[in-house]
Amino acid sequence: MISILIRRILSLIVTLLIVSLLIFVIMDLLPGDPAAIMLGTSASPETLAALRSQLGLDQPLPVRYLAWLAGVFRGDLGQSYTYGVPVAGLIAERLAVTLPLALMAIVLSVLIAIPLGVQAARKHNGVFDFVAGFFSYVSIAVPAFWVGLLLIIAFSSMLGWMPAGGFPGWNAGLFAGLQALLMPAVALALPQAGVLTRVARTALLEVMNEDFVRTARAKGLSDGVAIWRHAVPNAALPVVTMLGLQFTFLIAGAVLVENVFNLPGLGRLAYQALSQRDIIVMQDVVLFFSGLVIVMNFLVDLAYLAIDPRLRANAQ
Amino acid sequence: MTKVLRRPVFFIGLVVTLALFAVALLSLVWTPLPPSRMNIVHKLKAPFDFGLLGTDQFGRDVASMLMVGAWNSLSTSILAVALGASVGTAVGVTVAMRRGWVELVVMRGCDIVFAIPPILSAMMLGAFIGSGRFTAIIAIGTFMVPVFARLTLGAALQIWTRDYVMAAIGMGRSKAKITLAHVLPNISNQIIVQVTIQLGLAILTEAGLSFLGLGMPPPNPTWGRMLADAQTFLGQAPWLALMPGMAIALAVLGLNMLGDGLRDLLDPRDDS
Repeated sequence: MISILIRRILSLIVTLLIVSLLIFVIMDLLPGDPAAIMLGTSASPETLAALRSQLGLDQPLPVRYLAWLAGVFRGDLGQSYTYGVPVAGLIAERLAVTLPLALMAIVLSVLIAIPLGVQAARKHNGVFDFVAGFFSYVSIAVPAFWVGLLLIIAFSSMLGWMPAGGFPGWNAGLFAGLQALLMPAVALALPQAGVLTRVARTALLEVMNEDFVRTARAKGLSDGVAIWRHAVPNAALPVVTMLGLQFTFLIAGAVLVENVFNLPGLGRLAYQALSQRDIIVMQDVVLFFSGLVIVMNFLVDLAYLAIDPRLRANAQ
Repeated sequence: MTKVLRRPVFFIGLVVTLALFAVALLSLVWTPLPPSRMNIVHKLKAPFDFGLLGTDQFGRDVASMLMVGAWNSLSTSILAVALGASVGTAVGVTVAMRRGWVELVVMRGCDIVFAIPPILSAMMLGAFIGSGRFTAIIAIGTFMVPVFARLTLGAALQIWTRDYVMAAIGMGRSKAKITLAHVLPNISNQIIVQVTIQLGLAILTEAGLSFLGLGMPPPNPTWGRMLADAQTFLGQAPWLALMPGMAIALAVLGLNMLGDGLRDLLDPRDDS
């Protein structure tokens, strides 16, 4: 087990290094001078040269990459051009919004999808199965940011129950913070729930006919107990896999939903960095998000090994 | 034909998709009003009050904008999927032919490309080469390369174990010829299904990009930017936010159902 873990961690580190190099090189190969992009067209050649040397752009590519990488290991991601503060602090600050938002969305989507999928599988080809199928088709097709707009129309403009956007900060109290994140999380969770419902249903249908579920029923367990205690845990693997695969889409959705609800999260930071031409912030945020997706897939891999002992034997 | 009618998912998907294409093509020759003609006197009119679906903040006809938006969204998405599918398929079948360390490197590369959401790569590209349709196509298409590479690699590897391929190898045909003559034709069904589904995903992504202002520039109407504009008038004219969203959802729904239906039709063995 330890040797598998070490091998996986090494491969994770290599992947992360390659991603960082790739993003660095792409940003470098793209036409356009970051200093010129940041300062705009009206900058004087002297200011440009000063910013270029401040950003270290006058150094060769390998030197800049290694210097930047060394900085990352020290927790130094560079200085934001527009905010004038370290990017690492900026990311940490914004993460306090994006991370709870993503977690709430994941929890909500699982809470919607598992019962729906289980019930659909139990009533296979029945009315409920049809309704759940229709739900997942529709929820996969609707854009999360549009759901966000609809929620604002219904619960903020018309009913006045919820704030239409913005974030009071965690200092305003846990309730106020969670309330501000609730509608964005629902908007983000809905498309995920559609995908997960499908996967849960299919996985459960496969497991339900296995011998051990039949044995559990023959032992005298009720239908519900047999399914929830024996079938559902065995159907968890595909659901966990899908959660991992969907993480990229969750992040993309978060960028949009944060902009709809005006939440000061990482996605909004990336968007603002684009409009303010703050190249360093953007590069760091893109790296952070991609790193997050890769680490997430790594964790899903580990979850596999934890959930299914058969895979541990295979991996050895 | 009865086989088609007995599969409602395929049938509904086909009808919705054909309608989407019809509206998009029609917009090239006819719209109720010119989509970019402003008419401030009639601004923010409700549906049926002025035109079929009302007007926006500049008095432009929403129905006409939606029609042109269908063309803009669809053409961008088709080009993006064409890019992703052609490059991805070429990579997939080539790797299946070569195997070995090439497979390892390419698949790891796929993981890496797949880790960068198209919204973020569009932002990165946008900062340097400017936002617009080209950037959107590159960002969405690049993200789809790994999808098609993985799919075609898996499918092609199965074909390479078949008897008729063994026979072709025995007859001394080159690997490239076998790929063209046997592998590609036998995995084309799976590619077609995936193209349909990815087209839906591309429409969703394109809408997101234009919502952020990273899609086609104004005055070209796009569904995403119509939603972004509507956001300012949510209290005053909520219907402006309804129609473009419904158009996106319907288009994606149709393509997803068509893809699922095609999968059932083309591969009757897989009932899951």
